[in-house]
Amino acid sequence: MSKVRILVGTRKGAFVLTSDGTRKRWKVSGPHFGGWEIYHVKGSPADPNRLYASQSSGWFGQVIQRSNDGGKTWEPVGNKFVYDGVPGTHLWYDGTPRPWEFARVWHLEPSLTDPDTLYAGIQDAALFRSVDGGQTWQELPGMRGHASAPSWQPGAGGLCLHTIVLDPSHPGRIFIAISAAGVFRSDDAGTTWRPMNRGLKSEQIPDPTAEVGHCVHRIAMHRSRPGVLFMQKHWDVMRSDDAGESWREVSGNLPTDFGFPIDVHAHEPETIYVVPIKSDSEHYPPEGKLRVYRSRTGGNEWEALTKGLPQRNCYVNVLRDAMAVDALDPCGVYFGTTGGQVYASADAGDRWAPIVRDLPSVVSVEVQTLP
Amino acid sequence: MIRVVLPAHLRTLAHVDGEVKLDVEGPATQRSVFDALEARYPMLRGTIRDHVTQQRRAFVRFFAGEQDLSHEGPDAPLPDAVALGAEPFLVVGAMAGGG
Repeated sequence: MSKVRILVGTRKGAFVLTSDGTRKRWKVSGPHFGGWEIYHVKGSPADPNRLYASQSSGWFGQVIQRSNDGGKTWEPVGNKFVYDGVPGTHLWYDGTPRPWEFARVWHLEPSLTDPDTLYAGIQDAALFRSVDGGQTWQELPGMRGHASAPSWQPGAGGLCLHTIVLDPSHPGRIFIAISAAGVFRSDDAGTTWRPMNRGLKSEQIPDPTAEVGHCVHRIAMHRSRPGVLFMQKHWDVMRSDDAGESWREVSGNLPTDFGFPIDVHAHEPETIYVVPIKSDSEHYPPEGKLRVYRSRTGGNEWEALTKGLPQRNCYVNVLRDAMAVDALDPCGVYFGTTGGQVYASADAGDRWAPIVRDLPSVVSVEVQTLP
Repeated sequence: MIRVVLPAHLRTLAHVDGEVKLDVEGPATQRSVFDALEARYPMLRGTIRDHVTQQRRAFVRFFAGEQDLSHEGPDAPLPDAVALGAEPFLVVGAMAGGG
């Protein structure tokens, strides 16, 4: 029978939640790396027992951990992220130049085919790659070397490269997203990059339709249809049907089109999920009701999913990497909150229940479906 | 023989209990102590001093006895009591509260 393993990163450690395919009873393991911020934990699609974790601390900096046994044991690997060449400057919040400076790894994206190859998205925004299982890291300098980079400004969380999406049917095609620069695409394995922000409109920036400068929060793709992308932007839920060349808004009837995560159903590429959040700056669910919204039409028409979720006095947030789906049928959907709950639905979002209620603030949730 | 006391999180990371005892080549300085420490425990590289600049991380402090050595140069000799192993060299996470 299939099994499900959930990899949870929190402000104070990592947790591994496991269940059989019924997804009714869960075993909780952790905290791993207690006391450290775990921005992301993700498994290799080519070897599910190979996991990588980004561990960081304001005191002791960045550590990368690797597991070869599905998270039972871990070993620290390379943590040396050095920008290629002279780093130059980007813009600070006040518009003055500021040198690029490494802060942390936000996102780790293992290769679809090689367990020893993975990408790291870092703050200040850059893309790194390791081809030796995380022992050594090299920047893909074309990303940060893009002509627009000196004009990039940080979002509230810092100038972070937080999303990396690998196209399974076009080897060498990579999408990344940076707050607050936007989406970029490479078609040559990360050597050169083009902005992919046509159609985005951000009223908060001097030129709302600028080529670069948008606060993209998250992008998602269904493996079977890699030319279609979905985006949760600082405001607006967007969709591209041409691999990012152009975007159109599909916020439709959402109660607010602000939010962080967005994900796609494992078997229905037109079924997508978001968690609307109130903003500016409140960053909690509207009306104190935690609702996942599902569209079965690829956007525009949304339904609130509320069964099993708190519908009063709920003021948690759901961060950009804190939602994921499993590959079982019916599709399981999972998300974690800044209040420390991890919620699961084993029926594509119709009904929800917490797996755990009292973890540290959840930063990331990834799911592995195991044989 | 130099005795080094690491903060709890770095002891966990390096899988060590209690003090670390190091044989240091040449004069006992911060640089020679950290070179020896990182050679034995490579996972500590970058956690106390920067990989490239070798500067002390901002929220890490160094003490010996009651003396604050945080602002000593990396090649300044350590106090005799540390060099002779009578006193440990303390690596301390700054008292910074935290979330």
